Amino acid sequence: MEAIAVNELSKLYSTRDGTVHALQQISFSVSEGEFVAVVGPSGCGKSTLLKVLAGLLPPSKGAARLRGTPITGPRRDIGVVFQSPVLLPWRSVLDNVLLPVDVQRLGRDRHLKVATDLLSLVGLDGFERRYPWELSGGMQQRVAITRALIHDPAILLMDEPFGALDAMTREQMNLELQRIWLERKKTVLFITHSIPEAVFLADRILVLTPRPGRIIDDVQVKIPRPRALEVMNFPEFAPYVHSIRGRFDAKGMIDS
Amino acid sequence: MKSLRNVALTILLFCSSIIAWELIVRVFEVPTFIFPAPSKVAMALWRGFASGLYQKHLYHTLLETVLGFLFGSALGFFLGTAVALNRYIEYFFYPYIVMFQSLPKVALAPLIVVWFGLGLKSQVINAALVAFFPLLVNTMVGLKSADEDRLNLMRSLAASESQIFWMLRLPNALPFVMAGLDVAMIFALIGAIVAEFVGARAGLGMLIQSMNFNMDVSGQFSVLLILSIVGLLLNRCILLIRRRILFWDPSEKERLEQERIAL
Repeated sequence: MEAIAVNELSKLYSTRDGTVHALQQISFSVSEGEFVAVVGPSGCGKSTLLKVLAGLLPPSKGAARLRGTPITGPRRDIGVVFQSPVLLPWRSVLDNVLLPVDVQRLGRDRHLKVATDLLSLVGLDGFERRYPWELSGGMQQRVAITRALIHDPAILLMDEPFGALDAMTREQMNLELQRIWLERKKTVLFITHSIPEAVFLADRILVLTPRPGRIIDDVQVKIPRPRALEVMNFPEFAPYVHSIRGRFDAKGMIDS
Repeated sequence: MKSLRNVALTILLFCSSIIAWELIVRVFEVPTFIFPAPSKVAMALWRGFASGLYQKHLYHTLLETVLGFLFGSALGFFLGTAVALNRYIEYFFYPYIVMFQSLPKVALAPLIVVWFGLGLKSQVINAALVAFFPLLVNTMVGLKSADEDRLNLMRSLAASESQIFWMLRLPNALPFVMAGLDVAMIFALIGAIVAEFVGARAGLGMLIQSMNFNMDVSGQFSVLLILSIVGLLLNRCILLIRRRILFWDPSEKERLEQERIAL
């Protein structure tokens, strides 16, 4: 059974200047446990795709299934990480992590241990009682990732989660995400506009072009894991980046 | 060190203006019924408290203000919540609420006295009417101001509307509600005093009025002094509550920071 199956999915927006094809007849599937990155320049409908999969936006045409069942709205077996950490400032770190547990009434007592374990997995042990404003941007995003994992979802949807971080923190977070993924073996759909980030993290990369948003390439990344940051300097790394960038250059869209 | 110097300067400035006031009144022989010297005001203050007169009226005014504040802000909060949550209530009722707000509520005081008499009830109702609106508007705006990303987060967790209200909208509205309470407290005091002007058996406003008839200007000054201190203390109470509740609010931290500099 495929974790994510998208079939001829289209999403149209009507604006004052006419209809915008945010996504046009997109089809792809993601196997259980696979790490798939979706890469494309801004405005190519990446975020729309994620919102449809998260059940936040209905598709205009076509259908998407998660683990065999069609998406009809938000569901509980997925975890979502957004571009910004979106932490609630009145909740402590621990309470922010437990938000899905509170919403889905899964029982705080049973999840306290899970929360502290996850927080130490992302390197935040001892921060349970702190408040979001006391944390750096990178730490806040780690809390957001922990929150997305707390209810043990089968699928993790990530929408440019490290886009707002500085380059050094971003690399660090990439390493940590890989580590978490290797440990937890979730299916991940990771949206990014950074080609090197996609190559570094993913098993497979879907290349998306804007207006209309469609998939023009599906690249398997055959670099063994665990990948260290030095992988980016390895001879096999550059051709992936080069070929994906080539797809955009050919269409006159340059986006590093 | 700097804060100590600032405290000293504040005290110095206060004392010198009092002395200047006293001197000007004495040198130019300003009559007491026009502008009393601080020494006269202090004497009136002492006399008032020594006879127990001020305590009685102060108690009355405080009771009206606090009760009016509680009723008015509770009503404003619930109505604001109803308007924010229900499109129909907003559509049908909001125009009237706005019309009511553009009316100077002070102008209602004589009617309220006619309807409810000279007793405590009148003044409490008047204070509540004036205190009600800041809460209504602030609650409404606060509940509607939930950030789109946070709403998406809650929705992605399959949260129900009532969960979104309790876990997101309501805490998110608290800074607005607290700002409304801040204003409502002072408004309630104004409402109570105006109601007493119009007609009451007791209260500091009534006292000012009767002193005015008797040309007791020093007395009026002393009551004004009490009123401003009462206003200040009520405001401080709200501030303390606010700090406890909104410890997470960035603007609250900014205020704290500013106050630290001011000291």
